[in-house]
Amino acid sequence: MSENLIEFNNISKFFGKVIALKDVTMKLKKGEIMCLLGDNGAGKSTLIKTLAGVHKPDEGEIVIEGKKTVFDSPKDALDMGIGTVYQDLALVPLMSVTRNFFMGREPLKGPPFLKTFDIEKANKIAAERMGQIGIDVRDPSQAVGTMSGGERQCLAISRAIYFGAKVLVLDEPTSALGVHQASMVLKYVVKAASQGLAVILITHNVHHAYPVGNSFTVLNRGKSLGTYNKKDISREELLGMMAGGEELDKLEVELEEMNRINN
Amino acid sequence: MSDKAKSIASKKATGQDERLKEVSRLRLLLNRPELGAVGGAILVFIFFGIVAGDTGMFSAYGTLNFLDVSANLGIIAIAAAMLMIGGEFDLSIGSMIGFAGICIAIPAIYWGWPLWVSIIFAFAMAVLVGYFNGILVVRTGLPSFIVTLAMLFILRGATLAITRLITGRTQVPGLRVLIENDPIAWMFATDTFKWLFTWLGSMNLIALRTDGTPLATGIPPSVIWFIAVTLFATWILMKTRYGNWIFASGGDKNGATNVGVPVGRVKISLFIGTAVAATIFATIQVLDAGSADTMRGNLKELEAIAAAVVGGCLLTGGYGSAIGAAFGALIFGTVSMGIFYTDVDTDWFKVFLGAMMLIAVVFNNFIRKRVTESK
Repeated sequence: MSENLIEFNNISKFFGKVIALKDVTMKLKKGEIMCLLGDNGAGKSTLIKTLAGVHKPDEGEIVIEGKKTVFDSPKDALDMGIGTVYQDLALVPLMSVTRNFFMGREPLKGPPFLKTFDIEKANKIAAERMGQIGIDVRDPSQAVGTMSGGERQCLAISRAIYFGAKVLVLDEPTSALGVHQASMVLKYVVKAASQGLAVILITHNVHHAYPVGNSFTVLNRGKSLGTYNKKDISREELLGMMAGGEELDKLEVELEEMNRINN
Repeated sequence: MSDKAKSIASKKATGQDERLKEVSRLRLLLNRPELGAVGGAILVFIFFGIVAGDTGMFSAYGTLNFLDVSANLGIIAIAAAMLMIGGEFDLSIGSMIGFAGICIAIPAIYWGWPLWVSIIFAFAMAVLVGYFNGILVVRTGLPSFIVTLAMLFILRGATLAITRLITGRTQVPGLRVLIENDPIAWMFATDTFKWLFTWLGSMNLIALRTDGTPLATGIPPSVIWFIAVTLFATWILMKTRYGNWIFASGGDKNGATNVGVPVGRVKISLFIGTAVAATIFATIQVLDAGSADTMRGNLKELEAIAAAVVGGCLLTGGYGSAIGAAFGALIFGTVSMGIFYTDVDTDWFKVFLGAMMLIAVVFNNFIRKRVTESK
């Protein structure tokens, strides 16, 4: 099974008496996009934090490129090539594109003890990287606050890739975006995967997940309902498996009822 | 992405770059945080140039006077500005000035320490106070407003109590005789460029005393420190990795932490910065006056914050500049001295101060909206 870039085998996480995750297993290859679906409270956030090294799993193991690994901190996860883009993106709107791009990992130049932030180099790299995504940064010293939501998401993803992510974990990258912006982000995610990254896309929006995903893992109340390849499952079946499925069916029935009465 | 597409994209980017250069220069200028303070300073100079141009305010002596006042305030305003950019306040700056003063005076006068040891002792105490402020804010997560307000009372009270306990008074005089031949004190007590002023005097270009020496004897140490602190702070903010961390810590604490910025360490160091700046202020004042007073620096923390705000710092953090704070201090110093040269009753000074701050805050708010919502 060493062809898998990353494996999560039977991961469990407990908070006191609460079982947040139970026996969750996921396997990803290079270039694969796995969508992690689940309604609110399904355990998505706990799973992300476990991937990102914030939580340590109580049971199970994480295997990266065939080697069993334990993350002691978010930095460990980062060093092992797991780049997590949180929902809040970790961007500062008042700071420039460049300063955000290199926040915490600024390139330096100059003699020891008098090292300065190499702004020219940083500007060049930031503009280049953004250009590759098709975002035209006219001026890399412009504030991130002036960018659209989709552009910010792409900036955060591009930053994670630049700093060596092999596995990209995206937390609800499209939840706050309109249709156009969301498709721009998803397009970029597909492109990133085609360059050999493995992507874990966390979302509760099946319509965003289905077109881009290669496989789908559905979480419900802390348990995995299984991983399915795209050819084995339809959009409607996926929707049905998420906790919202039955309720949406019920809603449809109720609405029909209401229509009948009104007519 | 194919190579062809890449080259098209980069060509497009550079092409647009050139086309937008001139527009972005203007926008860049408009978006700089210090714009308001520089503009304000120019207005203030024009105003006094018209109202008090022939009164001696802008003579060598008058200029050094208001520069001295501005410079003293500027030293602490810049440290306060850096801390504000880092997302925190320090209300204990004023009390720290009084405390640092007696930390120099009591050991030097009552315990017989050499003056330079006392000065180093005061700076060591400043580092300690700053560290304590910082670690308290970072560890407890309490608002720095509250923590440093408590420190404002504690330090002022301790200054008064200790001084009275040891000396029986609230003032410690007699420092002036110790300055001579001290290896450190000259850094805080020497007028520089004396030769220039002597020469200007001999050429009858500046006013002279009756004995023929120039009225203005040299650039006061505060001004030199002020310029040095401004340059140093600007270099840190604009050119270093630590500067980027300051902006990040103030702009979004969680985001900065997530990408590996040591937010706690950055904030603690900035608190040490304000306490050390207060001690520079205190050392200059104590050596200039020759005495320490327990009430020194009273309310200075508010003036420092006001100057930082006029200089373009946002109260919410993550935005501002050291040069802006320097100009904010220059405005205050110029007006507080300049008002004596006009017919305006000096009682109105604080009214002006408050109005100035209000205008600055409204202006800053507008600028922030421009910066973050210009799309």
